[in-house]
Amino acid sequence: MFRVPALAAVLLAAGLTAAHAGDIRIACYSDGNECEATATLAARFMKENPAIKVTIDQMSFKAIQESLPVQLAAGQGPDIVRTTDFGPIARYMLDLTPYLKDAKYWEDSYGSTLDWMRTGPKDHGIYGLMTQLTISAPIVNKTLFDQAGVAIPKKGATWDEWAAAVKKVQVATKIPFGMVWDRSGARFAGPALSMGAKFFAPDGSPAVVDDGFKAISSRMMTWSKDGTFDRDLWVAAGGGYRDGFPDFQNGKAAMYLSGSWQLTRLEKQIGDGFEWVVGSAPCGPGGCTGMPGGAGFVALKNSKSPADVAKFLDFLAQKPVYAEMSVMTSNVPANEQLQKEDLPYKLSPAGTAAMKGFVANAALLSPLSYKLQGAPLSRPIFGAMADRISQAMSGQMTLDEAYARITSDVADAAKAVKK
Amino acid sequence: MNLLAALFAAVMDLPERPMRWAQRRLSGGRLGWLFVGPNLAIFAVFTFLPIAIDFHYAVTGGTQLLPRDRPYVGGDNFASLLTCTDYLDPNSCTRDLFWHGIWNTARFVLFQVGLMLVFSLLTAIVLNGRIIGRGFFRAVFFYPVLLSPVVVAVLWKWILQREGILNAWLMAAGQPTTNWLLESNWAFFWSVFVSIWAHMGFYTLILLAGLQAIPAEINEASAMDATPPWRHFRRITLPLLMPSVLVVLVLGLIRAVQMFDEVYVLTGGGPGTATTFIVQYIYKTGFADQVRQYGLAAAASLLLASVLLVLTLVQLKGMKRG
Repeated sequence: MFRVPALAAVLLAAGLTAAHAGDIRIACYSDGNECEATATLAARFMKENPAIKVTIDQMSFKAIQESLPVQLAAGQGPDIVRTTDFGPIARYMLDLTPYLKDAKYWEDSYGSTLDWMRTGPKDHGIYGLMTQLTISAPIVNKTLFDQAGVAIPKKGATWDEWAAAVKKVQVATKIPFGMVWDRSGARFAGPALSMGAKFFAPDGSPAVVDDGFKAISSRMMTWSKDGTFDRDLWVAAGGGYRDGFPDFQNGKAAMYLSGSWQLTRLEKQIGDGFEWVVGSAPCGPGGCTGMPGGAGFVALKNSKSPADVAKFLDFLAQKPVYAEMSVMTSNVPANEQLQKEDLPYKLSPAGTAAMKGFVANAALLSPLSYKLQGAPLSRPIFGAMADRISQAMSGQMTLDEAYARITSDVADAAKAVKK
Repeated sequence: MNLLAALFAAVMDLPERPMRWAQRRLSGGRLGWLFVGPNLAIFAVFTFLPIAIDFHYAVTGGTQLLPRDRPYVGGDNFASLLTCTDYLDPNSCTRDLFWHGIWNTARFVLFQVGLMLVFSLLTAIVLNGRIIGRGFFRAVFFYPVLLSPVVVAVLWKWILQREGILNAWLMAAGQPTTNWLLESNWAFFWSVFVSIWAHMGFYTLILLAGLQAIPAEINEASAMDATPPWRHFRRITLPLLMPSVLVVLVLGLIRAVQMFDEVYVLTGGGPGTATTFIVQYIYKTGFADQVRQYGLAAAASLLLASVLLVLTLVQLKGMKRG
């Protein structure tokens, strides 16, 4: 049932196709162990439904992101895919509503994230199931703060206070950087929202660059120049996502702006190497928000077994099964009822505290952060922000030029999508 | 054994009957088409058809993949790519990343091809001489050619990254370290260097073959006349080596313009866009961006193809003249 990632990537590239009726093929990538957990649950599902065979092809995020839209356009592809990038495959998604026994249960339990897979306010389809709710938040190397004798900024501390604190730690402990952020537009968006960025004009059209956006961009430039911020990670690549975890893991930064999906890595790869805690999202005039997000299993139209696909996703969506999946993967549940419950996570004391920290940050997420995450143009917005701000950091353009490019890049993407 | 020979002869005779039939039925000119037909069919399907599809994509817009779903936009994609206030300043262009790619590629071609030619020529001359361990050194210089471009790039990334081997050595020697792949000029320098390191062996081999093809008696005559080495090189070796040099130039130039794999793995096109070449722009626009603009990527690839075509024609003309 389980395939090695490399083989699966080759299968996808070579034309992995939807399975025959009664068979469900899932293209899956893992942040931690999501595919493995799904495989465990799928085995139980198959026992209960012997006529349905579920096959999970595990592959890299990049393989899914880059190959899948092309495959789907060619009428190929799996029955279900786990992805974070819903926009490019929106037109190939299968509306599960007619196949679900209780669509209301889905709306009641997953209502805030179902919108992320929809194409707009007029779309009421149910296209898939978020496997987790991720929340971006600062992850702190407490050992370094303790060594420096600096207190970790408390709830309500501003970005400037955080920057000053990590700078003190950097100087005192002689580490290369105060803080590291994943190179990602979504990561940048949280601080931007906190500083008051609105991202949308009153008519709902994208309006990325405003005073709030400029406030965080200019700070980022200052921090990257004075070494508070790990500039290297952002300018190194010509484009795309870059993971800041290795720099944090190696004790090169006192604070790491990432998210709840890192919990498994924090547990496994840092463990008790040093003391790590989850801080409260830094604040600004726009609030103290991070960004919500996450990956979801999305049903695809080309499936020959839409009813079976719906049955399997409905099985995963049920509260007890979903709770089990959340515990197995150490993820914050997207199920809104489960978010209010204390799940029996099998985590170390540090992991349990971190999970509580992430859940506490979930309560601080601004409504605008949900809107931005679910916006049809969110990905081009995130891409343009990360790429252009990186170019400004590398000295290739001024911040003002970067603002102009972000605006034109987003307008260009909107125009291309409309055609 | 006899049975095997008979079987072999029978197999070899198999085409004879249809060939005789074809010779009887088809005139000499048409018979040629029969031979090239299968190859032409393969070319048509795998080369000409994709070119035609590329043209179709270049004049259509939107993000749809299937040709039938794509709206006709005429020359919009080309116009968008070629609109600049100042062609020397990529930031003044509508598609600044395309122009960064163009200028980076041009700079790369100039340095990489030029330096590679010089180093390959020098290496070939040394390896053509009577030196100790000649066979060993020939193998050493050729070895990187056998490596996959990704392996080459990963290998050098280990050496050049922030905590790489080179910085470790510099630290051990008490010298200041540098972010080799994070400073624009250094990243560009290493892109050129790694590319030369990886491919020089192949071009050295071509030039070595060229050197060995120079008749020995010419060199002997020159030696008897006591021709100074530089004059010997300029007046005898270089003119006779020119066909090989032109081959190296053509192949090196095409490879340099198409550069993608090694540099993409080594630097990711960064820092910023300092090592983003035109092929990476095409790949990113068509396959990696969140909104995939296949039309724009197709138009850029056609512009690249036209540049390559012009360069090849110029060089072929040069070869004929040579």
